[in-house]
Amino acid sequence: MTTTAQPFHLDVSGTAPVPFWRQVLVELRKSYDTRAGLWLLISIAGLVALVEGFIVVVTVIEGGFIAFSDLAIIAGGITSLLLPVLAILLVTTEWSQRSAMVTFSLEPRRSRVVLAKLVVSVLYVVATLVAMYAIAVVATAICDIAGDGAVSWRVDVSGTVGFALVQVLTMTIGFALGALLLNTPAAIVVFFLYWYLLPIVLFAVGSIREWLGNALEWVNFQAAVAPLGDWQLDTAEEWGKLLVSTALWIGVPMVAGLTRILRAEVK
Amino acid sequence: MIVVDHLTKRYGGFTAVEDVSFACRPGRVTGFLGPNGAGKTTTMRVMVGLTPASAGRVTIGGHAFASIPNPGRHVGVLLDASAQHAGRTGREILALGATAMGLPSSRVDEMLHLVGLTDGEAKRRLRNYSLGMKQRLGIAHALLGDPSVLILDEPANGLDPAGIRWMRGLLRGYADRGGTVLLSSHLLHEVEMIADEMILIGNGRIVAQGDQRSLLASRGGAASALVMSLDNARLGAALAAAGHAVTPAGPGLRVAATAEQVGRAALDAQVVLTDLRDGGGGLEELFLELTSSSQRDAIGATR
Repeated sequence: MTTTAQPFHLDVSGTAPVPFWRQVLVELRKSYDTRAGLWLLISIAGLVALVEGFIVVVTVIEGGFIAFSDLAIIAGGITSLLLPVLAILLVTTEWSQRSAMVTFSLEPRRSRVVLAKLVVSVLYVVATLVAMYAIAVVATAICDIAGDGAVSWRVDVSGTVGFALVQVLTMTIGFALGALLLNTPAAIVVFFLYWYLLPIVLFAVGSIREWLGNALEWVNFQAAVAPLGDWQLDTAEEWGKLLVSTALWIGVPMVAGLTRILRAEVK
Repeated sequence: MIVVDHLTKRYGGFTAVEDVSFACRPGRVTGFLGPNGAGKTTTMRVMVGLTPASAGRVTIGGHAFASIPNPGRHVGVLLDASAQHAGRTGREILALGATAMGLPSSRVDEMLHLVGLTDGEAKRRLRNYSLGMKQRLGIAHALLGDPSVLILDEPANGLDPAGIRWMRGLLRGYADRGGTVLLSSHLLHEVEMIADEMILIGNGRIVAQGDQRSLLASRGGAASALVMSLDNARLGAALAAAGHAVTPAGPGLRVAATAEQVGRAALDAQVVLTDLRDGGGGLEELFLELTSSSQRDAIGATR
């Protein structure tokens, strides 16, 4: 067969590529338009409301001291537990539900799809910050009006920025593991082991010998990220530990996961 | 419009598609026919960039699929109607596609109407869809961006006879308006009724291609007819006298002659015919013959 002649040329010059913001819009919508995604968001909100409500009731009845920033951090802490699961779901459901076939035939530049999902994860962190402040404002106001204890309205700006950055990094770990494993239950289990168990193991191993403990501080992301969360990254060594452990904990699975998604045959 | 050029896809030592070349033209429905596992789906997946080719390439209107901007507006793809999130509603799946392609949401309603999914059905989640409904939704998704090329893998699978007839009309009209359609099937009858041209694939290789007439003509071989009459014995004797081999076949006769020769013999012998047709099995026999080396059942039957 001769295929040298191209008698039927498809004119695509008048078509603009899919703009990135539209891809983000699509990925954002996918995060809440299924029962799994919607209920995850509802349960996060419900859990926060329950805990904050409990604190408010206790404070109002007992009349103790309550700080606005504490209420905000508690709300944020609860969301940080479940938000990485959302990041995992963003990536893995495309594969477990096989909708990646459709997604990638509408946008063959796969890296843009992955990037859009990552942007959605960050948007959720921002939304979390807004929500946790809104909840804290309401909760503190109730304590202020109804209770007779002391109330602190001081806003911890640096703590908020630190919290947001840690939150983004945590989401990214979930995202990277999701991309690497492309399987929802496996990614969730590995994430919790990775995030909660591995640091303890590293601490335990590090306590055997001092030199070993010192060396492991460079790979223990959980420990290295703590000064960031408190916004007290003072020394160059702390910065170094954060960069090295971030590269190890997020960089490696992320690169491996992206390579897998970009190269994989989509079935 | 779709040009497959010496395409080969290997998985380790297994060659799924071997040196496959064909072209699909605008205004024509091209049927891609072959038994299960012959390489149809693999070829179509390479077309839309979901599977990398080992050698050769596919272009659509002169472009690699990945370099077409907003490809949903040019190429409608349905590879697997079940490959959607089971928890999304039919309408939501189309709405996501419309958003990605930059289409107004009114397009979703148009497409739902076109494929005959009611409002109630569109609000149901995909896991509650029958296969036929999924296929209709998948066709709606493929047509969403008003593309000029359609690539459909087994679109008739799961459709009831009325649904197959509906799809036939839809694709016929689409091709008549200048669209290019490639659809695959492992069922000859589906393709036979819709396709202008056929590509027959077996064991990863193209075994024949062309329109129905040229495919049958290329086969050549002995003519055969199936006939029934009010007096089979007299007709059989007349045909035998004319030099045609006659064997009983059910309530009628199988004759090694063309339908015309049988009709003339019946006219001469003054026998009333009640049924007369080409007994060669037509495309079906050709299809089985050409793909026999890749037919699981044929291998089993010889043992």
